[in-house]
Amino acid sequence: MEQDVLIKVEGVSKKFCRDLKTSLRYGMADVRDEVLGRPRTLDLRPKEFWAVKGIDFEVRRGECLGLIGHNGAGKTTLLKVLNGLIKPDAGRIEIHGQVGALIALGAGFNPILTARENIYINASVLGLSKSRVDERIDEIIAFAEIEDFIDMPVQHFSSGMTVRLGFAVAAILIEPDILFLDEVLAVGDISFTIKCLNRVRELMRTSAVVFVSHNMPLITSFCTRVVVMDHGHCVLDTEEIGLAVNHYFGLAKNTVQISGSGQASVMDLSLAADGVAVEGDTPTLLQGQEVTATLRVSIEKGQTAEVNLVIADATLTGLINIPVMDEQGSYIVIGPGEHDLQVPLGVVELNAGLYSFIVGIRNATTNITLCRHQGLQPFRVHADRVAWTKFVRTGVSKVLAPKPTTVQ
Amino acid sequence: MPITVYTPASALRDPGLMFRSMIADLRASRELAWSLARRDLKAQYRQSLFGYVWAFIMPLTTTVAWVYLNSSGIVKVSNTGMPYAIYALTGTLLWQMFTEALNSPLAQLNGAKNLLAKLSFPREALILSGMIKWWFNVGIKLLIIIPALFILGGTPDWHMVLVPLILVAILLIGTAIGLFIAPVGLLYTDVGRMIPVVLQFAMYVTPVVFAIPASGFAAVLFRINFMTPVILNGRAWLVGSGGSMHTELTLICGAALVLLFLGWILFRTTMSVLIERMSA
Repeated sequence: MEQDVLIKVEGVSKKFCRDLKTSLRYGMADVRDEVLGRPRTLDLRPKEFWAVKGIDFEVRRGECLGLIGHNGAGKTTLLKVLNGLIKPDAGRIEIHGQVGALIALGAGFNPILTARENIYINASVLGLSKSRVDERIDEIIAFAEIEDFIDMPVQHFSSGMTVRLGFAVAAILIEPDILFLDEVLAVGDISFTIKCLNRVRELMRTSAVVFVSHNMPLITSFCTRVVVMDHGHCVLDTEEIGLAVNHYFGLAKNTVQISGSGQASVMDLSLAADGVAVEGDTPTLLQGQEVTATLRVSIEKGQTAEVNLVIADATLTGLINIPVMDEQGSYIVIGPGEHDLQVPLGVVELNAGLYSFIVGIRNATTNITLCRHQGLQPFRVHADRVAWTKFVRTGVSKVLAPKPTTVQ
Repeated sequence: MPITVYTPASALRDPGLMFRSMIADLRASRELAWSLARRDLKAQYRQSLFGYVWAFIMPLTTTVAWVYLNSSGIVKVSNTGMPYAIYALTGTLLWQMFTEALNSPLAQLNGAKNLLAKLSFPREALILSGMIKWWFNVGIKLLIIIPALFILGGTPDWHMVLVPLILVAILLIGTAIGLFIAPVGLLYTDVGRMIPVVLQFAMYVTPVVFAIPASGFAAVLFRINFMTPVILNGRAWLVGSGGSMHTELTLICGAALVLLFLGWILFRTTMSVLIERMSA
């Protein structure tokens, strides 16, 4: 029973049109073909492209398949085809059992009506009966943490409260064999997110899951298998999640953005790991290596400057701040001209993934930003296992001798 | 465990399966239809001061306007065989019920675009909930029309029990046409704009505020208009007479039933194509 294949996807393709007017015309042609029972044409018509092309996979009960890829890779389209919203242009999909989807939370909410009324409406849109809601409405309200506002119109809810309510209705009521998740787990504050994750984990035990997300830590912690998509194609299908995540980051196009007054600039940034220079556009560092950055900066006449380095993750969120300081702990002030700065970055404790530098140079007296380079010198961190956190610290732990228990 | 298969083939390739899933979806959509109708009605009237009054303000003002035009002699309507106010009031109310039924499928689908694009549910529920809302609005109109008939000097009698039949006929015809319009209307907004224009013209060749002319080109248009028997009999039964053109009425209802079924099939087979175009 645990090994049933619940989702079987064979060679599924879906094409989309780039232009609206043409798309509508093709829509009319497709309507005509449907009505006449004609098969769909497999060729691309002008201005069409494959949004999803030749995807195959199977998901069994208890498995979670992660779909990752950058915006426009075809993940959501594929999910729509799986969910029966749109038809595949080629291929075949077999779905065994009841489908539950945590997609479009709170769809069908009417802002004028109260939260209580909306719970019933939302539930019926999800195909659940009134009696089922009657049984569990207290549980839903408690899960969403909106006890005090249950008879308030939803239009006065904060967006976070609305999503919480939407999640609670769906997550408490559904008992699916198949679960589709599309970027819905990061709702609300952290304590609510944990509740959501726990609930999803419960649902996952008994169902076959397809999970679309850009959140690699979540993918790592939930999925048993990952399909990486790029431009509609499956570029990697693997049970090694770390490999897939690395591949996903490898697909990212890194662009350097420069801002500031332009009175200074970063000429070069190179890295050395354990004293050896690392080469390449996107060099790979190993977790645990000691890394040093060498920075060549140029300052215009009449300026004195201070330099600051930040290591940022793939979403350009700053993770580590590295002020360029001297032994006394104050910023090194540099004058006009070109300078090479050697900056120790310490031991790599970053989680496996893709990172880059943000370098800021500001005037030492006025604090005006002379230049700010973002997305500079991207690098990858490799590790044997991927964690869901930003940092990993390994050390040797030991079991201490047990305390003697005193007997009276 | 239910097994669902999605392939590119048209649903029409397997009529047996299609028919079974049509029945299953219809059954599955009843509760949702009620729920959506309740939602829309509640929201509609909760946000309004006069609430239900709006449901009959429109036909009432139209009637007043036509009574004025007729009594002042600006527009001369030939003999209608009953007080003109009753003629115009019954006509506009019945006509309005027809236009509401016809507009309902497209309006329902347009209003639920967001749901359609993101969630999987029996789409018949949207059409059904439109029908429920239609009956609700019709009920309110009847509440005003029946007392008004007495006040304006009408003599309603036992024929009143036949009125629900004509209401069912209006709903059937309106929904059948509406289902054929909806697929194209979802793609092109032109259709939505065209409907009122066409209906406006159609009203003037239907005995809504005018009587059927005795001769001429207009008389032919009135005769071949399928809404003529519907409005004539609806009005007759409301004011207490037997009506006419009963054979035509029966034929039209039969045709409407067939059309409604075909429209339903069209709706089902085209929905996934349309969803893909409107969400793309």
